[in-house]
Amino acid sequence: MVEATQTKSKESKNIKIVKDATCTFCGCVCDDMELTVDLDEHRITKAKKACVLGRAWFYEHTIDDRPVVLIDGKEATLEEGIETAAQVLVDAKFPITYGLSDSTCEAQRVAVEIMDIINGSIDTTTSVCHGPSGMAFQGVGESTATLGEIKNRADLVIYWGGNPAESHPRHFTKYAVTPKGMYIPNGKKDRTVVLVDVRRTPSTPLADIFVLIKPGKDFEVLWALRALVKGKKISENIEKDTGVSREVLDDLVSRMKNAQYGVLFFGMGLTMTRGRHFNSGAILSLASDLNEFTHFVAKPVRGHGNVTGADNVVSWQTGYPFGVNFNRGFPRFNPGEFTTTDVFSRGEADAAMIIASDPASNFPKKAIEHMKKIPIISLDAKDTCTSKIAKVRFAVATYGINTGGTVYRMDDVPISLRPAFDSPFPSDQEVLEGIRNRVKELLKGDKARLAA
Amino acid sequence: MSSELKIVNGRVYDPKNNIDGKVQDVYVRDGKIVESVSSSATKIDAHGMVVMPGAVDIHCHIAGPKVNLARKLQPEDHRLDVHPKTAVTRSGTGGVVPSTFATGYRYATMGYTTAMEAAVPPITARHVLEELDDTPVIDKGFYVLLGNNAFLYKLLKEGRKKEFQEAVAWWIDSVHGYALKLVNPGSDELWKGRKNANITDVNEKIDHYDITPMHVIESFIEAADELGLPHPPHIHCNNLGHSGNISTTLDTMKAAEGRRVHMAHIQFHSFGGEINKNAVSGVKPIIDFINANENITTDVGQVMFGKATAMTADAPLAWMLRNVKFNKWVNADTECESGCGIIPFSYQESVYTHALQWAMGLELFLMSKDPWRVLLSTDHPNGGSFMSYPKLIKLLMDSAYRKEAIEHVNQKAINKTVLRELTREYTLSEIAIITRAGPARALGLENKGHLGRGADADITIYTEEEDKEQMFNAPRYVIKDGVLVIKDHEFATDHKGKILHCKPGYNADIADEIEPFFEDYYSVKFSNYAVSEDYLHHHEVIPTHPKDS
Repeated sequence: MVEATQTKSKESKNIKIVKDATCTFCGCVCDDMELTVDLDEHRITKAKKACVLGRAWFYEHTIDDRPVVLIDGKEATLEEGIETAAQVLVDAKFPITYGLSDSTCEAQRVAVEIMDIINGSIDTTTSVCHGPSGMAFQGVGESTATLGEIKNRADLVIYWGGNPAESHPRHFTKYAVTPKGMYIPNGKKDRTVVLVDVRRTPSTPLADIFVLIKPGKDFEVLWALRALVKGKKISENIEKDTGVSREVLDDLVSRMKNAQYGVLFFGMGLTMTRGRHFNSGAILSLASDLNEFTHFVAKPVRGHGNVTGADNVVSWQTGYPFGVNFNRGFPRFNPGEFTTTDVFSRGEADAAMIIASDPASNFPKKAIEHMKKIPIISLDAKDTCTSKIAKVRFAVATYGINTGGTVYRMDDVPISLRPAFDSPFPSDQEVLEGIRNRVKELLKGDKARLAA
Repeated sequence: MSSELKIVNGRVYDPKNNIDGKVQDVYVRDGKIVESVSSSATKIDAHGMVVMPGAVDIHCHIAGPKVNLARKLQPEDHRLDVHPKTAVTRSGTGGVVPSTFATGYRYATMGYTTAMEAAVPPITARHVLEELDDTPVIDKGFYVLLGNNAFLYKLLKEGRKKEFQEAVAWWIDSVHGYALKLVNPGSDELWKGRKNANITDVNEKIDHYDITPMHVIESFIEAADELGLPHPPHIHCNNLGHSGNISTTLDTMKAAEGRRVHMAHIQFHSFGGEINKNAVSGVKPIIDFINANENITTDVGQVMFGKATAMTADAPLAWMLRNVKFNKWVNADTECESGCGIIPFSYQESVYTHALQWAMGLELFLMSKDPWRVLLSTDHPNGGSFMSYPKLIKLLMDSAYRKEAIEHVNQKAINKTVLRELTREYTLSEIAIITRAGPARALGLENKGHLGRGADADITIYTEEEDKEQMFNAPRYVIKDGVLVIKDHEFATDHKGKILHCKPGYNADIADEIEPFFEDYYSVKFSNYAVSEDYLHHHEVIPTHPKDS
């Protein structure tokens, strides 16, 4: 049956080719897709250059037959949805907005504005992925680079606590390992690739050197490397403690100091295990330290398509990257206090707007229990565990497939999206603008609420 | 229905139109200055007040990736200086690198209505435009970093001057930039490619390209001249912050050979003394040269004591500063285009170099013979926040206050300058020139910086006070595009300013030359690089005047 459908698609006369489209599945944000779109069937039938994840992203985002809005499970109009959502937000004393990493910057900007207007909280999925890297950045800074610079110059590429072969398949082939660059004329042959992890993964075979460390010992290994780089003594028990021998560490230090241009990529294996922001701080500091000997950069390998955009938007509007609260009429930042898992787990928020993410499927049980007690407004392109418990559920168009807008690649490079086909559903931005406008009308005259 | 405004009984300072403190009325209709209005116009009685055009910041860092990294880097700075919302304005955070909304509002509350972001790697232009769209009230544009551009270097190496100029125009047009910016030309390749090295001499060969920084500087000056850009190349010279750098700065100015050039934050480039030894003031030969050469404009880049943030495309400079205190440091390499370094910083009265820089900035202002060409800036936030401009104005206008301030800083440093001997006091008209008319003229913004017929109705009205810091800190009224944005010191409404940009002409075939280079060495597709006009929202194209037309 599947084959038959595909044959039919190929025969459709109404075919459109979109060149240089952008895949927003992961933080690689590859902008070299060639999409074949069947406009009659409202689906992408071919995605040239896409990786396995990208193909799934493009093929599976068809137009579902479902109502634009559900209120308490009942079908409603967009206007009714916006009205109810605005009422919920205005009535709440401690509303929170969460998600945003699979939405455009244009929508993210409106989401922050709504929270500013109603004195709510804004938080993104950063708080459960590279939030610790953001906090480490505040502490120690970062030496970093755009991915094109890695392609052109990096002769030593180290991955720490990640499995890009499965999570970011084209990270190796488009940006960091195999491509030829300005000063890397032979591609992978001119680079040394090191992988550091607690287990072998499908990424391991690509590495020239694989360093296996004991789980939960990242910080100790990183700190030992920092000491060795600076010519200081380390514990004689290092191998017993971390699983990594002194010889392996010395070899790694020598390679790092002698590289022409080195890079340390790191993943959630580092940020979401024991040590968290200390781990991120250690790896960022190691890269900075190495600049006393050569040129060295570091880069968190970000997950969602526009989580980097969310960090940027929240930062430029509030000064802080995530976990921001407006209760006092100005932004305050305190991860642990204003981050969504913590707010929910303590049973605090009395309304939540969840945009393009599914905390009801992946948050701690206690947090999810609280979500079930409060009115949730959900904006998502697909039905999720969260949308199923929502008081107001908006079905929205998929960013990058049905809508334009801006996304930021994991290295902060901003890219404009080229939509492939129209959707009958509104974009996040349109829904959020509707809610914002209605919230403003409802608060008119409530000067005390509008002003700080 | 047209909106009309008349400002009556104010003392008007409008140097471009030779009005120096005369009491006269100013009329506004539909966002422009006009010669008369109807009797139903809204009236503002400015009796006892000073009326000036809105101020123009010719050099600041307020939007884009490096600014946002510096924001993220300093939560401790925001926490101490919150910016609450009002019934009509958004909230934000301040500190030396404020959030976008706080930046726009705070500029407005100082009487500034235009500000130019001075350093943008073109690949990040979308980001800059998004932030500028969230920067309220003021008009704004940005300078495009092209002085370390790998493709342009390749054309220079091949001696293809014509194509070089076409490509420069293509770049400005593609990202909607305003002017050309050069930062430590040649240094990026050494920084990224030769283990953090730096250029030390304008005549040194740049690795891989067989050209020198001097060659790069001359080529951009010529290109801007040919293209007729409203503002000449905006140059951050080589050797910033190094003792004895005046020879580099003088060589750079001489390279213009009479053509227009703007020297950015000249204070940082005016060190005398010997290389790698303690610096002394080298202001005299620099300001003498500027005074004698009318083709040169400059902004001072005054250092103000207190918190600052070094934020620069000059990555080796930030590395040098990092190695002073080993505090948190950001480096960010941008493929084929730029470097970047960020360091939180603090200027202290007791530190020799800091006091020397403070005094050198004041020397530059006080020894300048032409206020139209030596303009006010702190290179915000590098020398200090734009919020310190009123204090700087007081230092220039009040010699007794200055004399007292001199006594409180490192005396060894003061003794290496002639600051004590300089008794000059700036007049209100001269302040209007260095903050309004001068920057507008240097930028080629014909509708800014004055109150003549047809000018943009960007107007500030100050209560006249003896204490000039207090006076310039809080205008009573600020009018932007004819809209009364600040009334009796409070925001009366929110307002969106414009993006100012240029569209130089070029032969479209140049794109065919650039595209293959992108496919080889950039990580984004060529077709996704140029920025759509959707990002401009409310905008104005400032005309170019190409030589061959």
